[in-house]
Amino acid sequence: MDVRTPIQKPSSGPSRGLFDSALVRRAALDAIRKLNPRQVAKNPVMFVVLVGSVVTTVFALRDVLLRYGDTAFTIQITLWLWFTVLFANFAEAMAEGRGKAQADSLRRAKSTTDARRLLPNGTEERVPAPALLKGDLFVCDAGDPIPADGEVIDGIASVDESAITGESAPVIRESGGDRSAVTGGTRVLSDRIIVRVTQEPGNSFLDRMIALVEGAERQKTPNEIALSILLSGLTIVFLIATVTLVPFATFAVGQAEQGQVPTVTVMVALLVCLIPTTIGGLLSAIGIAGMDRVMQHNVLAMSGRAVEAAGDVSTLLLDKTGTITLGNRQATAFWPAPGIQERELADAAQLASLADETPEGRSVVVLAKDRFDIREREATGMDFVPFTAQTRMSGVNLPGREIRKGAQDAIRRYVEAAGGHFPAELLVKVEEISRAGGTPLVVAEGARVLGTIQLKDIVKGGMKERFRQLREMGIKTVMITGDNPLTAASIAAEAGVDDFLAEATPEMKLAYIRHEQAGGRLVAMTGDGTNDAPALAQADVGVAMNSGTQAAKEAGNMVDLDSNPTKLIEVVEIGKQLLMTRGALTTFSIANDIAKYFAIIPALFVATYPQLEALNVLGLSNPRSAILAAVIFNALVIVALIPLALRGVGYRPMPAVQVLRRNLLVYGLGGILAPFPFIWLLDKLVALWTP
Amino acid sequence: MGSGALQIIIFLGLLTAVTKPLGVYMARVFAGEVRRLAGLERLLYRFMGTSPEEDQPWTRYALSLLAFSFVGFGLTYGLLRLQHLLPLNFASGGSQPGPDQMPAHLAYNTAASFLTNTNWQSYSPELALTTLSNMVALAIHNWMSAAVGLAVAIALIRGFARRGEGGIGNFWVDTTRATLYILLPIAFVAALVYVWQGVPQTFAAGVNATTLEGSSQRIGLGPVASQEAIKQLGTNGGGYFNANSAHPFENPTALSDLFTKLLIFLIPASLTATFGRMVGNARQGWAIFAAMSALFLAGAFATLAAEQNGNPHFARMGVEAANMEGKEARFGIGASSLFATITTAASCGAVNSMHGSYTPLGGLVTLLNMQTGEVIFGGVGAGLYGMLVYAILAVFIAGLMVGRTPEYLGKKIERFEVQMAMLTILLLAGSILGFTALASSLDLPKEGPTAGINSWPGSAYGASDTAYGPMSGNLSNGGPRGFGEMLYAFSSATGNNGSAFAGLTANTPIWNATLGIAMLIGRFLMIVPVLAIAGALARKKFVPATAGTFPTDGGTFVGLLVGTVLLLGALTFLPALALGPIVEQFQMHQGVLK
Repeated sequence: MDVRTPIQKPSSGPSRGLFDSALVRRAALDAIRKLNPRQVAKNPVMFVVLVGSVVTTVFALRDVLLRYGDTAFTIQITLWLWFTVLFANFAEAMAEGRGKAQADSLRRAKSTTDARRLLPNGTEERVPAPALLKGDLFVCDAGDPIPADGEVIDGIASVDESAITGESAPVIRESGGDRSAVTGGTRVLSDRIIVRVTQEPGNSFLDRMIALVEGAERQKTPNEIALSILLSGLTIVFLIATVTLVPFATFAVGQAEQGQVPTVTVMVALLVCLIPTTIGGLLSAIGIAGMDRVMQHNVLAMSGRAVEAAGDVSTLLLDKTGTITLGNRQATAFWPAPGIQERELADAAQLASLADETPEGRSVVVLAKDRFDIREREATGMDFVPFTAQTRMSGVNLPGREIRKGAQDAIRRYVEAAGGHFPAELLVKVEEISRAGGTPLVVAEGARVLGTIQLKDIVKGGMKERFRQLREMGIKTVMITGDNPLTAASIAAEAGVDDFLAEATPEMKLAYIRHEQAGGRLVAMTGDGTNDAPALAQADVGVAMNSGTQAAKEAGNMVDLDSNPTKLIEVVEIGKQLLMTRGALTTFSIANDIAKYFAIIPALFVATYPQLEALNVLGLSNPRSAILAAVIFNALVIVALIPLALRGVGYRPMPAVQVLRRNLLVYGLGGILAPFPFIWLLDKLVALWTP
Repeated sequence: MGSGALQIIIFLGLLTAVTKPLGVYMARVFAGEVRRLAGLERLLYRFMGTSPEEDQPWTRYALSLLAFSFVGFGLTYGLLRLQHLLPLNFASGGSQPGPDQMPAHLAYNTAASFLTNTNWQSYSPELALTTLSNMVALAIHNWMSAAVGLAVAIALIRGFARRGEGGIGNFWVDTTRATLYILLPIAFVAALVYVWQGVPQTFAAGVNATTLEGSSQRIGLGPVASQEAIKQLGTNGGGYFNANSAHPFENPTALSDLFTKLLIFLIPASLTATFGRMVGNARQGWAIFAAMSALFLAGAFATLAAEQNGNPHFARMGVEAANMEGKEARFGIGASSLFATITTAASCGAVNSMHGSYTPLGGLVTLLNMQTGEVIFGGVGAGLYGMLVYAILAVFIAGLMVGRTPEYLGKKIERFEVQMAMLTILLLAGSILGFTALASSLDLPKEGPTAGINSWPGSAYGASDTAYGPMSGNLSNGGPRGFGEMLYAFSSATGNNGSAFAGLTANTPIWNATLGIAMLIGRFLMIVPVLAIAGALARKKFVPATAGTFPTDGGTFVGLLVGTVLLLGALTFLPALALGPIVEQFQMHQGVLK
């Protein structure tokens, strides 16, 4: 089987078949499988419905066998109670469906892999992938699947990671540095690498990913547990209300000397209508779908807890490069030193940058061409001096000429060592550029300072608006950058972030996170390097880039398979949406009870107290049809709300007051009013069907 | 209707005016900033073996409270059982010779009733109590139960206000300060006002009067004014006379009537301001005040309208329809229906009219006031802590809708708080509905295993009725009204209100026993979870508010809180109410008796 079987590519957006027919079929079967009482028992609300269904089934059987009572009615109620349980199971199965499909394709990626283990004597042997142990070495050539997670110790290769990320563009993996990690289940496209296995079999990234998308390790999140307790409490309260109604009704019937005490079937129907089955039935689906939505953004959440925490985040640490600004800085101007022509500066700068393959270097060449039409020259006799962390300069040596470009202080040392001096006027210019958010790159030839190149960070479009929205949602954005404070302040102002951390070191990040947390705020951050690991672990939401090191991936509680740090913002929004969906459906579910009361209470007691007909505000046809309509509504509303549970409630960033007002109106008031017309309609249908 | 509405508006206006000053003063008292009686305080603390510096974790706070209550319960029970042997053993009303030994079930019920701030009186005080019992055994609880309620409310507020601390205050210090600086001074002034209005304050046994018909009547006297003051201020409600605040010696004038109403709501309303002050945001307090006021206004106007409209069939016959049955002509419909709303909302239970004579709709309001958990201003302390429990649930359910883990006042509402809050709701519903179910179905045989209950010492005493037979045999009405009497009794007992749908003869062993249990559940099984919440909250870190935080000091929250009280509190009781006052209202309109 082909490893690169196209998997359910998640990033193709939510428009893609929420109710894909294969998914629905599979979910329908799972819904029946999930009737296992032990599984239903995990959900107290639905367990009560299940017990109720069993009880009414017993009564229905009795009625059928003994030809006793209102058989048709009892059977219908029984069927709809079973449907209520099945619909809830179906909702959960639907939520799990996409993850399961994805897990299947991941498993295919895994099962076909075969390994070429490198023995200490240098020979190779073919072994099945699961036989690879931690510390083993293996070889991969172009076209080979990578059999296990590991670290490249020799070679460089382009790797197709689409099986995991869904992204078809190949990535480079090489020994040393932060791009050395390879993942089992991916495939080498070119070249040859030697890899050391870093995970024991069964514990690979792919294994964990399968378990996660499948929901095998799913545990209830703290908020979900608290909500379950609330729902269980409400269930018990309504159980009391229903059970005590039997003696109340007996008393009333005795007093009125007419009518009869409602049957057990009717009481079970009342109970099921009153307990919060809507949210009870959809609760786990909401949680699973939340994780799945994160997955659709190609972010792998290690736990539902992490997604939930994302909704609570009030401080976002964002790396400047790649998140706030485009990854590369661009040369935008030449500023010559006093007495130097701009063209001379441009010429020298271009020479010094010819061999500089960084985006900055290339942008200098482009600018020189644009401004003075200086073309690229043959590099004969040129000796390029690469950038090193020690000199913090790069440049070129030509016969008789030495040109350098670099940071202001590095060039100053270089010039002064050669007996020159740094012109004060240029120093002013350099600071001015820094203050404006640019990076000044000073160019010198020998002892002569020629001037400075202005490099500018390009802030991504739309970020300012994004940060404003986040501020309205009560989230503070903090820009993390290695730039000096002046530059950082200027970019921070341009991008509209609330705070910045300049010349940031991993220790500073960690300290900043701790400081925020001490103030009661939850912090989210992204990171990729090994030195980010402590901060990623400390943050409440730590998103590690998939391109990053193993240490970073293990420290974070999410992995971004696309390695796109901007996604942190989306993750936060999904977390919020998840909590909102839970709240909205809980409110809706409780508010629904009012309408159901109006349907059922007159139906229960109208024979005893005919005056209660006045409560039948909907004009429902008869007691049987009224009760059936309420039970059917109660079951169908679960199905009707599955799309909402899976997609999440509509979400737009705005202040909490407005969000609350809007949702209260839609789900609170809507929850009170919505059932009336539907129950009325169902009643008319039921009455038509059963004379 | 017009004058009745005006009374409601004036009343609420006056209440709003006193809320802030008293609320702020109380916050200062519990912060230890009021030190006028510091010397006396020190002496008392030394006697109790504690000091204001000793900060109790919630468990110790709760244990202190329970120990204190248990001892108080035992002493009262003992005093009542021995009252015929003790000094001052003439009947408090002075109209009869001293009573015999009080039966165990009545002494138990009465001790539970006064201990729990319920002041349900199964007996007629003029007949059953000696002056000593009235002054010592019962009056002491009028003070202490109010002080305990205040202490619990303050402890819960501290839970919100404190940041990551282990303790929630000191029970002994809180109750001492509540008594010395709040209850005593206000009650003292209030007693003087009552005396000024004509309420007796004397040890004279009674006066003989010749009635209009020429017969002779002996009317009891006693230290009424002092007891009246704390009875209303502490939302106790146990009257000196059986007729309670309808008796001219308890409530002589229209002014004393208005004063009484204000006195009932005084501390419960002011506590909202204390709350706002202690959590550092006055608007938070006003939000709670607004929610309580909204529910109160709805009830007050509904009752007024129901009583004003009375029975439509009377109107059709050309008779004055307004329902004056059971109401004092001195007060009329407006003052009576407002009093009924206040006293049931505030878990006071004092009455200036007989609730059993209200129209079904008027009776429904009094029932709902109690069944929602006595949170519409509510009892002293109990109202605020009950409402805060609802606030916690409201924030938890709807707070999720802003997309964050719910927080209230900077404290995250999590599993434990939800668990405890739901427990109180569950116990409230369980006690009211469970006992009413028992009462509507239990039939005690004369012989058999339950016969022991019938012969619980002294089953024939005072106004007691059948000791065996169906519990519902003690109702004076049948049909929905009779059901309402039972539902009212257990709502009143569980809500620690103490008023009754007169008609039920409650002084029998089984009724005294079950009502006593309901009162104890309604008090202590609420307090313990509330203190547990306080303890859990106090330990939590404070989360600063941001634009993403659910705002709990605005109109949206007020609406939400009102909705939560109605949905969580009232919804549970709807089926039961449908068989009681709701159907009765329809029956009245249709002219059906049964």
